[in-house]
Amino acid sequence: MTTNAIIQVAVFFAILTAVSIPLGLYIARVFAAEHTFMDPVLVPIERLIYRLGGVDPNAEMTWFEYAIAMLMFSLVGMLLLYAFERLQGFLPFNPQGMGAVAPDLAWNTAASFTTNTNWQAYGGESTMSYLTQMAGLAFHNFVSAASGIAVAIAVIRGFVRKSARTLGNFWFDLTRATLWVLLPISVVFALVLIWQGVPDNFSPYTHAKTVEGAEQVIAQGPVASQEIIKELGTNGGGFFNANSAHPYENPTPLTNLIEIVAIFVIGAALTHTFGKMAGDRRQGWTLFAAMAFLFFVGVFVAIACEQGGNPQFAKMGINQAPSATQSGGNMEGKEVRFGIVDSALFATVTTDTSCGAVDSMHDSYTPLGGFIPLLNMQIGEIIFGGVGSGLYGMLVMAVLSVFIAGLMVGRTPEYLGKKIEGREMKLAMLFVLIFPAVILLPAGVAVVTQAGLSSISNPGPHGFSQILYAYTEASANNGSAFGGLNANTPFYNWTLGFVMLFGRFLMKIPVLAMAGSLVGKKSVPVSAGTFPTTGFVFVMLLVGVIMIVAALTFFPADALGPIVEQLAMRAGHLY
Amino acid sequence: MTRAFWIAVRMTIVLTVLLGFIYPIGMVVMGHVLFPHEAKGSLVQRDGVVVGSSLIGQNFSSQKYFHPRPSAAGDKGYDASNSSGSNLGPTNKTLIDTVRKRLKDTEETENVPASSVPIDMVTASGSGLDPDISPADALLQADRIARARGISQDTVRQLIDQNTDGRWMGIFGEPAVNVLALNIALDNLGGGQKQAAQPSGTVAVVGK
Repeated sequence: MTTNAIIQVAVFFAILTAVSIPLGLYIARVFAAEHTFMDPVLVPIERLIYRLGGVDPNAEMTWFEYAIAMLMFSLVGMLLLYAFERLQGFLPFNPQGMGAVAPDLAWNTAASFTTNTNWQAYGGESTMSYLTQMAGLAFHNFVSAASGIAVAIAVIRGFVRKSARTLGNFWFDLTRATLWVLLPISVVFALVLIWQGVPDNFSPYTHAKTVEGAEQVIAQGPVASQEIIKELGTNGGGFFNANSAHPYENPTPLTNLIEIVAIFVIGAALTHTFGKMAGDRRQGWTLFAAMAFLFFVGVFVAIACEQGGNPQFAKMGINQAPSATQSGGNMEGKEVRFGIVDSALFATVTTDTSCGAVDSMHDSYTPLGGFIPLLNMQIGEIIFGGVGSGLYGMLVMAVLSVFIAGLMVGRTPEYLGKKIEGREMKLAMLFVLIFPAVILLPAGVAVVTQAGLSSISNPGPHGFSQILYAYTEASANNGSAFGGLNANTPFYNWTLGFVMLFGRFLMKIPVLAMAGSLVGKKSVPVSAGTFPTTGFVFVMLLVGVIMIVAALTFFPADALGPIVEQLAMRAGHLY
Repeated sequence: MTRAFWIAVRMTIVLTVLLGFIYPIGMVVMGHVLFPHEAKGSLVQRDGVVVGSSLIGQNFSSQKYFHPRPSAAGDKGYDASNSSGSNLGPTNKTLIDTVRKRLKDTEETENVPASSVPIDMVTASGSGLDPDISPADALLQADRIARARGISQDTVRQLIDQNTDGRWMGIFGEPAVNVLALNIALDNLGGGQKQAAQPSGTVAVVGK
C-alpha cells in the first residue's frame, strides 16, 4: 500500500462526508415541503408538472397504492424506452443512422434502465442514436433514481409516523427528488465535466486523419448531460462501451473524483436524512458508520490486490513496482491517468452502490481484486448503496439485527420505538431470500447449459466468475460487468432481463409492505430494556449480521470462482 | 389501477420532455457557449486538418514517434467508435502469451532489458483509447526517438517533461504523458535539428 493510496482514499472520504451532511439535511427539508433556497425557481415548475400530470400531490397513499403508482410508472417508462430503441431509425437526433435495436436486446436494455441497473449488452457508440441515449436512457437515469429515493423516503416515514395509515404520495416524492435533488446537481456538474473535456454535442462522428495518416472515426454525442446523472443516480450505463474508462466520459483525475463523489453522495446523505426525520441524528450516523467501515475494508483490499500485480508478469521480469514515474500493479484494463488507486477506488465505490459505472475493466482484475466488487454486490449494495435502495436495504439489515439481538437477550425487538413482530420479520426475510434466489438459480442453469457456457471468454474458474458476476449484478441492479462474457445472446438478454426486474421490484414491494405495516404501530417509549440502535456495539452487530448473511448465502459459489482462481494464479496455473 | 396507469402515462410524457429534451439540449447549448472547444470533443487541428482529439489516443508505429499503449478497441486498435478493453482475465493463457510477445517486441525495439519495461507499456488499457503513457514508458522510448530524429536525448526528455500532467492537486490520479501532444511537439521541433526550431506546421485547436 503506497502512502498516496491512503491519502487519496482519506481525502475522498473527507470530501464525501463534508458534502453529505448538508445535502442530507436539505433532502429532509425537501420532502417535508419546508422552505429551501431553490423554491422560487422550482415551485412553479413543480406546480406545472402536477397540473400536466393530473396529480394531486396532497393525496396520501397506503403502501399498496404507493407500490402500484411506482410499478405503473416503471411499466410505462419501460415501454416508452423499448419503443425508442425499436423505432430510433425513423426518429430524429440520429446522425449516424443507427437502425432498430434487436427485440431481445431492446427488451433487456429497457428492463435494465428501468430498474436502475444499466447493464449494457451493447456498445453505446455502435448501437444507440442520440435520441435513444438522451430521451430514452438518460430519462431513466433520472426517474429510476428518483423513484428509489421516493421509496426510501416512504420507508423512513413508515418508521417515524405513529399510528398512521399512509406513507406519502409517490408522485410528490418522485417530482421533488427529481427537481430539488437530481436536476440542479446535474446541471452544475455537467458543466464542470464539459470544462474538463467531456463532450456535449449532437455532431456526427468526427473523421480525423491521424498524424501518421490513418483514418480515425471518433464517436461524439451529448455525453456530459448523461454522464453526471449516470453517476449521481447510481445508474452506471455508459454513453460509450468503455464507460468511465473512456477518456470522453472521464478525461481527468478531477472528473474521476467528481464521479466517485457523485456516486456515493446521495446514498451517504440519505443516512443523515433518515436521522433528521427520525428525530435522532445518531440513528443516521450509526448507519453511516457501518457503511464507512465496510467501504474502507473493501477499498484497501482491492487496492492492495491490484497493486500487487500479476505473478505471471513478475516472472517475466516486467516492472510492476509503483514509483514516481509509473503506477505499477495490474494495469491490464486500466488507464494511465487513473493508475491502480483511482481504478480500484472507483471499482469499490461503484459496487458498494448500485451504480455499475467502471473506469477500469473488472474482468481483468486479479482474482481477489475482482472479488471485492462481487462481494460488495452480494452483501446487497448497502454501503451507501444505490440512491434510496441502499438506505432501505440497510434498514432491513438493521431490523434483522435488532431481531437477532432480541432473540439473544429474550426481549421483543424494537427499532425506532416500533415493535418488530412476525409480519415485519417475514417481509424482511423475503427481501433477504429473493436476492440470492434470483442470482444462484439462473446462474446454476447457465453453467449447465450450452447457451450459458458458450458466452464465456475466460476459461477455467474465471469463466464461472463471469457468469456469477453477471447474475449478481443483474439482481443487485448494478450493471457493471466482467465484460468479456458475451452477454448479447438471446439466453442472457432474456434471463438477465427477468433477473433485473425481479431484483428490483420483488425486493421493493416487501420493503414497502414492511413500511406499511410499521406505520400503523404505536411508538413504544424507550425503557431500560430497549436495545440501543446507536453506537459502536450496534455498528459492529450490524456489520456482523451483514457479513454472516452474505457468507452463508454466497460463500460456496464464491469459493468456486474467485477463490479457486486466486489459488490457481499463485500456483502458476493458466487456462 | 386504471387511474394510476393514466397518471403514469401523463407523468412519463411530462418528465420525458423535461429530462429527455429540455435538460440535454439546454446543456449542449450552455456547453457550446461556455466551453466550445471541449463541448466539441477537444479536437486538434494541424494545417487545417483535424488530426484527432487531445483526449483520444491514436496509433503511432513509426520509429520517430512515441508509441501509445497496446489497444483492444476494434480489430486494429484505437478504433474511436468502438471503445473496449481486452477483458482478458489474470489466469487466461491468451493474456499471458500476448504480454510475453509484447515484452519481447519492446525489448528489441527499445533495446532494453525486461526489468526496465513498465507494466502499462505491455498491457492494454480499459478504453482502448488511452491517450497517455506513463513517464516511465516515455523515458524508455526517449533514446530511440533521439536517434531516429538525430536530436539530443535531453531535448526529448525536456519535451516529455513539458507534456507530463502530474497528479491533480498533487494527490489524485497518476502522472501521465499525452502521446499525441508529445508527438506533435516533436514534429514542431523541425526534423533533424538539435535545437527547437520554428514550428513546421501551425497547431491550432478547433473552436478556440
